[in-house]
Amino acid sequence: MWSPNQPIVAMKNVMKSYGDFDVLKGISMDIMKGEVVCIIGPSGSGKSTLIRCINGLNDIQKGSITVEGQEVHDPKLDKRLLRRKVGMVFQQYNLFPHKTALQNIIMAPVKVLKEPRADVEARARALLKKVRLEGKENSYPGELSGGQQQRVAIARSLAMRPDIMLFDEVTAALDPETVKEVLVTIKELAADGMTCILVTHEMGFAKEVADKVYFTDRGLIVEEGHPSEIFSNPKDPRTKAFLSQVL
Amino acid sequence: MASDIDKRGQGYPRRSDMAVLLPLRPAPQMDSLSLTTWLAKIRWWQVMLLMLVWPLHAFAQGAVTVDSAVAVLYKWAPFLLLHGFLFNVLISILSMALGTGLGVLLGLTLISKWSPLRFLGNTGTAFFRNAPWLVLLFVVLLAFPFELTIFGTRVPLPGWIKAVIGLSLPVAANIAIIVRGAIQSVPSAQWEAAESLSFSRMQTLWQIIIPQCIKRMIPPWMNWYAILTMATPLCSILGTEEMVTLTRQAMEAEGNKPELLMPFYGFILVLFFLYCYPIAKLTVRLERKFAFKL
Repeated sequence: MWSPNQPIVAMKNVMKSYGDFDVLKGISMDIMKGEVVCIIGPSGSGKSTLIRCINGLNDIQKGSITVEGQEVHDPKLDKRLLRRKVGMVFQQYNLFPHKTALQNIIMAPVKVLKEPRADVEARARALLKKVRLEGKENSYPGELSGGQQQRVAIARSLAMRPDIMLFDEVTAALDPETVKEVLVTIKELAADGMTCILVTHEMGFAKEVADKVYFTDRGLIVEEGHPSEIFSNPKDPRTKAFLSQVL
Repeated sequence: MASDIDKRGQGYPRRSDMAVLLPLRPAPQMDSLSLTTWLAKIRWWQVMLLMLVWPLHAFAQGAVTVDSAVAVLYKWAPFLLLHGFLFNVLISILSMALGTGLGVLLGLTLISKWSPLRFLGNTGTAFFRNAPWLVLLFVVLLAFPFELTIFGTRVPLPGWIKAVIGLSLPVAANIAIIVRGAIQSVPSAQWEAAESLSFSRMQTLWQIIIPQCIKRMIPPWMNWYAILTMATPLCSILGTEEMVTLTRQAMEAEGNKPELLMPFYGFILVLFFLYCYPIAKLTVRLERKFAFKL
């Protein structure tokens, strides 16, 4: 049985390959409840693949990933039960274009969790307020800016009341001036005690908010630690080279 | 590392440190609007020209007989329209309804995750798309009994019902292709987003994917309706009393005079054209309207 003093997400020696290309070559990490973890690294180092394995969007060939003690890649597991606990936000927002902002948020709790519509709607309005999008309830995704769409996507995930939130390069497709509004939302979420796992290129954000930073390169974790150590005193030459390029 | 370099040496880099732009795959090709595009290209003045040429041609054959032939047609026209052409329209509507229902089911088997079902669906689709329509009509005519016994009651199965079933089969197969194409045209990211929100596959399909692509299915669906309508005279071979059968009978009643051929068959042509031309125009317009929107 899992108890909150054990890692909420535990990866042990996770390996994955596409054909004969190894994306993940043995990744291990333990993430505690309430922690904010940033995964950084050069493009193509397997960051996105890694985060998508946590909710079972990608499968793995070897190793184990547990979420709240439950093995994610157990073939007997109903992945839909797992995904209720793990929310995910994507780089391209992936809102449902034929539904309004409010409907986007309401859909999953009503259809999947079968919760009463009135309760869900009240919660959805509160969430929209939380991400500072009051008044946009009836806007369609196409009528919102990238940053607004991304905040609706965050609210949509939160409406399922997950224990863990995964953010896959959520600011990478945004204009520089809208990046901030999304980061503020995530920061508030982290301050509320949500377990957040982010793949990001926002080094300033990682430095400020993360409890732990993982630097990945070519499918391996090269270096991990508190952001103050990683950013000011990187040990591995690859980390040094990467940071000197992006900072 | 050595193996990397080998592979790159062959001009086929299998791994790269750089961001890789995947090849742009165009959305799956929808059924081309073959018939409607062709029909819609016809201009009104071309039709008018044809309407002029026809009487002139007939006139050249001998003015007096044409006069009487047109008079004969005038006598028969209401009957042919109401009992003939409208019956063709009824057959086409019922066939389309049945074909659409079957086609959606068949289309769903084409995207099934269970490979035996997908195989069956693919086989059925390929068979009904490529079999000649007339052959399918004959098979249905001969394979189905003239009446069915359902819960002890005898339900007659007249020829025209069999024609409806026979025509719906190739339509269903083509609609299945349209359904599959439309579903595959929705970006896979929509599936992933729904999956991450714990939607089941069926919920995702009906509540998220299909509502987004239903508009795209309408123009090719209308194209097949026009094709089907034009194919309904095939039923005359099965003895169904539709437009062509009745026309032939009317001409026989008038003594099978050769000068009747042009006005009577011309009348059929005009009616089908008047019915299908607006459908074709609308289809092409909708296609343009929906082409770039999701």
